Amino acid sequence: MKEKKKPVQISDKVWLLISFLAAMLVWFLLSIGKTTGRSFPFVDKIFLAIDKMAFQRKALWPDFLSSMICVASGFGLGFLTAVPVAFLMAWYLPVRKILEPWINFIRNIPALAYAPLIVIMVGVGKTPAIILIWICTFMTMCITIYGGIRNIDVTLIKAARVLGANDMDIFFRITLPATVPFIITAVRLGLGAGLTTLLAAESTGAQAGLGMRIRTLSSTFESDGMLLYIIILGIIGLLLNMLVDFIERRLTSWQEKREEQ
Amino acid sequence: MAGEERRAVKLHIENVVKEYKGDHGTTVALNGVSLDIMENEFVCVVGPSGCGKSTLLNILAGLHEATSGTCYLDGKPIHGTGIERGVVFQQYALFPWQTVLQNVMFGPMMKRLPKEECMAIAKKYIKMVGLEEFENSFPKELSGGMKQRVAIARAYANNPEVLLMDEPFGALDAQTRAQLQTELLKTWEEEKKTCFFITHDVDEAILLAQRVVIMSARPGRIKRIVDVDIPYPRDQGTKSDPTFMKLKAEVWNEVYQEYLEVRK
Repeated sequence: MKEKKKPVQISDKVWLLISFLAAMLVWFLLSIGKTTGRSFPFVDKIFLAIDKMAFQRKALWPDFLSSMICVASGFGLGFLTAVPVAFLMAWYLPVRKILEPWINFIRNIPALAYAPLIVIMVGVGKTPAIILIWICTFMTMCITIYGGIRNIDVTLIKAARVLGANDMDIFFRITLPATVPFIITAVRLGLGAGLTTLLAAESTGAQAGLGMRIRTLSSTFESDGMLLYIIILGIIGLLLNMLVDFIERRLTSWQEKREEQ
Repeated sequence: MAGEERRAVKLHIENVVKEYKGDHGTTVALNGVSLDIMENEFVCVVGPSGCGKSTLLNILAGLHEATSGTCYLDGKPIHGTGIERGVVFQQYALFPWQTVLQNVMFGPMMKRLPKEECMAIAKKYIKMVGLEEFENSFPKELSGGMKQRVAIARAYANNPEVLLMDEPFGALDAQTRAQLQTELLKTWEEEKKTCFFITHDVDEAILLAQRVVIMSARPGRIKRIVDVDIPYPRDQGTKSDPTFMKLKAEVWNEVYQEYLEVRK
């Protein structure tokens, strides 16, 4: 007698738990290895490191705050400049022809390479870090938003035009809403770029910061502290991504709310 | 002068030439096209791909400028777009971030009419195309046929004098297409809006139009104009009318010859 096996339904939450346990197992195996154990102390050591970094050395909170100020300011400046520049590039041929090759050129150079130049220019502290993050987030977001504007379906603009829309109407009612999904993608990529650049940005004589601390801890071989900071960076990335998801949903629901009126 | 039943020329196309400059030299899309479309007339244009029929429609819509020659609406030369000429595109061109109601309201809103009035107008035309229940749906929630109905309602909501339709049913399946043809016929028989309709479907052209304009390929020009002497009201049953069959064979042959020309 053959009986069809009922496929087991596993909910997303259970999958998340399984994934988490699997990662813990790998981590545990790494921690008991002779050489890998030096780099990957197990989770109990990490908890001890929280106490060490946050309460004994009182470094964790200032580091976190300093890094977040840098990322927020750099990203904010990057966003505020990327949006108008992207529109100018999409609309005006000379702007596009002059800027695009250089954005693509600089975008592919690791920020770490030109970080010292910024320090020579403005000195040490938060300023060079903010400038570096600004540059990197600007490049990423500008190119993404510009590509989005260029990809707007021209038929939509034609349709609006034949229905009597003027240039202002087309900008506010067609171009802008059509660009919103690309702006959200740009924000997502920009935040990622911001975090990545943070490490380069803080390598240049910062007083505090998550990236700067990882470097200092490495010179004393304190892998527990380093691992703690690395995990914190990962969590920050994850939370920022969730924030973008939230904004994305909010924008959609805002549109739907408007429709209901 | 003329008798009271004499119809005026609504659209006058005079010796229109359109050239495109490309990497491989100049392409002549339209080479001296002249045509008069009367008030309240339904004209279909057929021809193989690349015969410039869409180019002609774009020039009439004011989305493209002719290289030489001029189009006139009521004797006034056409420059740029105008709300007296409504356009329906093959790709529907609905605004995806707007509901059906908002899409149809778009034209009246651009006229800066009060919002309540825009909504009333939009609802009237949404009802005309039978989508009252989908007023608050977004385009992504609609089928192709429903999308095109919304696009037609949107064009009507601006109360244009002329409807320009660029293969509006080209992307639809046969059944939906037949249904939309029937609906369009009914609307036209009621409102008698001058209609310039582009298609590559010979059946569709003869079913809908009073005159079928056959265009030749590269460079695009008018090859022949066929009068469709089948009285309205028409419906899908018209397709088995003997006159229909005769005209179909005739027009189909002409178009097929042009198709072979393009293939050469």
